Amino acid sequence: MATIKMPIPDQDVIDRRDDIVGALLAALPDGIVISDDAQTLAYECDALSAYRCKPLAVVLPRSTQEVAATLKTCHELGVSVVARGAGTSLAGGSLPTADSIILGTARLNKTLEIDLANRFIRVESGVTNLSVTGAVDADGFFYAPDPSSQLACAIAGNIAMNSGGAHCLKYGVTTNNLLGVKMVLADGEIIELGGAHLDAGGYDLLGLICGSEGQLGIVTEATLRILPKPEGARPVLIGFDSPEVAGTCVADIIRAGILPVAIEYMDRLCIQETDKFSGAGYPNVEALLIVEVEGSESEIQAQLEKITAIARKLDPAELRQSTSEEESALIWKGRKSAFGAMGQINDYICLDGTVPVSQLAHVLGRIGEMSKQYGLDVANVFHAGDGNMHPLILYDANKPGDLDIAEKFGADILRLCVEVGGCLTGEHGVGIEKRDLMGEQFSPADMEIQMSVKDCFDPQWLLNPAKVYPLDISEKRREGGGQ
Amino acid sequence: MSAILTPADENEIADMVREANAAITPLEIQGGGTRSGFGRPVQAAKTLSLKELSGITLYEPGALTLVARAGTPVATIEKTLAAEGQQLAFEPMDHRALYASKGEPTIGGVVAANVSGPRRIQAGACRDALIGVRFIDGRGEIIKNGGRVMKNVTGLDLVKLMAGSHGTLGVISEVSFKVLPVNERAATLAFHGLSSKEAVGILCGALGSPFEITGAAHLPQNSEGPLTLLRVEGFASQVDYRLERLKATIGTGLECSVIEGAEHERLWRFVRDAEMFKGTDNPVWRLSLKPSDAPAIEEALAKKTDAKIMFDWGGGLIWVGVDDAENGATETIRALVSGFGGHATLMRGPEPLRGSIAPFQPQAKPVARLSAAIRGKFDPGGILNPGRMVA
Repeated sequence: MATIKMPIPDQDVIDRRDDIVGALLAALPDGIVISDDAQTLAYECDALSAYRCKPLAVVLPRSTQEVAATLKTCHELGVSVVARGAGTSLAGGSLPTADSIILGTARLNKTLEIDLANRFIRVESGVTNLSVTGAVDADGFFYAPDPSSQLACAIAGNIAMNSGGAHCLKYGVTTNNLLGVKMVLADGEIIELGGAHLDAGGYDLLGLICGSEGQLGIVTEATLRILPKPEGARPVLIGFDSPEVAGTCVADIIRAGILPVAIEYMDRLCIQETDKFSGAGYPNVEALLIVEVEGSESEIQAQLEKITAIARKLDPAELRQSTSEEESALIWKGRKSAFGAMGQINDYICLDGTVPVSQLAHVLGRIGEMSKQYGLDVANVFHAGDGNMHPLILYDANKPGDLDIAEKFGADILRLCVEVGGCLTGEHGVGIEKRDLMGEQFSPADMEIQMSVKDCFDPQWLLNPAKVYPLDISEKRREGGGQ
Repeated sequence: MSAILTPADENEIADMVREANAAITPLEIQGGGTRSGFGRPVQAAKTLSLKELSGITLYEPGALTLVARAGTPVATIEKTLAAEGQQLAFEPMDHRALYASKGEPTIGGVVAANVSGPRRIQAGACRDALIGVRFIDGRGEIIKNGGRVMKNVTGLDLVKLMAGSHGTLGVISEVSFKVLPVNERAATLAFHGLSSKEAVGILCGALGSPFEITGAAHLPQNSEGPLTLLRVEGFASQVDYRLERLKATIGTGLECSVIEGAEHERLWRFVRDAEMFKGTDNPVWRLSLKPSDAPAIEEALAKKTDAKIMFDWGGGLIWVGVDDAENGATETIRALVSGFGGHATLMRGPEPLRGSIAPFQPQAKPVARLSAAIRGKFDPGGILNPGRMVA
């Protein structure tokens, strides 16, 4: 029995289901509204699959106008709307409730404009992250944020969660690469923020939208910054016998004035399992770093020389420079298959807390101790350069009570992240998963002012209302009692 | 001269704001006071100065993180970072040349006005480097958002909202930044005598190359003829490589030179601080557009007004000085810019002008309504910098 509670659905809304579906059918062309149980099944959960619920209906609009018509109808009928990109949220960001409709962006899938001279691309928000790079790859450009679900995940979801990826140490996260949006507000009004130019005047509402988890509006179009591809990139693999020394190595590289494009970390359990799974040929060590640098051949060589010199001073157990495309691919193959590999041996919860880089070794040590207390194994794989950890807590879904223990363990890890100066989530979002821990990081006043921003965009709290803020503190707003 | 309040900590700010809110006494929020010519004039009974709230509270070079109180001088922060070979990568402009103002620019002021410089095109704006804020809202509540880690999506991002809100949403008390290493070497590839169209073509071409251009400016009215600047940074051998490749790929057949050292520093300070407008007080605008539209804007402006012009950000930022002190050529500039889908900010102008027109680009109705609603939540009494951004 999973422990995260959802609000009791509004029976009045559920009783009006036929009328609501009828109103949506009347407001939209044929084929947009799905209300057949067999077809809505796929929308009952996202990648936090331990939680599922049947929505009232699913709407898959093909244009901004259709999104507006959907929201206007729901607004008039007092029905909540849960936005869904590709459904890859690990935080339950697009988990429906029984009294809500799902609004999916899947059919908003056109590339609208590519402008290489001004280095931007304008797309509909349902396109996948990888297809954005695909559209400009042949011209020598790419879209920088690269969440590991990039093959499947939608730009709409990336904007909702302000997604990151392995390369954000150098290139930033979604908010640093988003230039403008067209979006629909809760009452169906269409607005535009930003554009192809930089630093739109007035309050930075674009910055506010990015990472707002579908609670402020539905983004239908995005203008994204594209970057020229580097001439080349190459990883070096560094193994250490202690997590502390690996942590020192990360700090030493950064202090030396080198900014690698990625610094990835894996611990022993993760190294072993991913190596079995991928055949990456990883060494038998306590901590593995993959450090990637970019540039021309001579630039790559110069940076790798500096990095290996720093690493050698720390007496690494293994130091392996890639000498070919194949070797580079193999080094990354293990890291990129880490979540899949761990999934082969166990069910797991993937956490996403960030800690100050200086606290990495301490936090890893504490997680190890807690792992013994809770009796559940943890594999650590994460972006070390920016302190964004991804502890994977392994549990057995078929064993009664195991998920509960795993969730309690996870909550303790996230509390620790906050305690050492970090945060609950670095790139996955709060959703329902960390919702009830928000009070660990924020004071009541901190959350009150955030919720008051939602009041401005969505006074009736119809957009994804049961997420992000603990249910008890959002209750009055969700139930229409006002602020 | 209005009374000046100088709180020494957050609790004192909160008390002062609560008192001002209860008495409906507007406060002008001030850091070093070097940017008070930015935006509409504020009529306030009292000034709340952050100058006593100073000091770096945390600096971890290995984590690329710096936290400072709002009143900390920018110079103190830059010196502390430089000692570790690091910097504020967004290269904040110093407005003292433009406004002929005295005093020390503060880090809180940089954030409140979201001040960036030439490196904004490559390293992002102030708001991109800002990872956390603490502020006191208009009701006297102490609020925090973001933190000291560079990846953080916990809750709504009020950090971005506070950057560029010009003290109208809260009194910023503490700010956290992601900082970056200073490059080992910097050099500028300069082209001489290009038309603006050729220049923007060169700048856009270079920005689309893999050579990580960190400055791309064009000075069409330079006294010794048009000057086009491409800044290249990196470790020593990397800079040589990049200069050679740029010359070979986009600079073929063009007259160019390499500038380094003190002259290089001077040139980029000139661009960053819009020094071409120093020593005068005529109105100055800052236009933000698609870079490739810059030459057409310049041409259209030349037909209507006798403008002084400089391009930064590859052409995406145009500085325009006009002679019309009374009206600031406002209608001409706004009509022109909206035709190209960009925006224009009056950066300098006499008080009557800044009070009578909208210095910040007027927003579409629903966006203006949202902005006003947010201000209503953060500062329900309307006591913080009233009128600074909108009348």
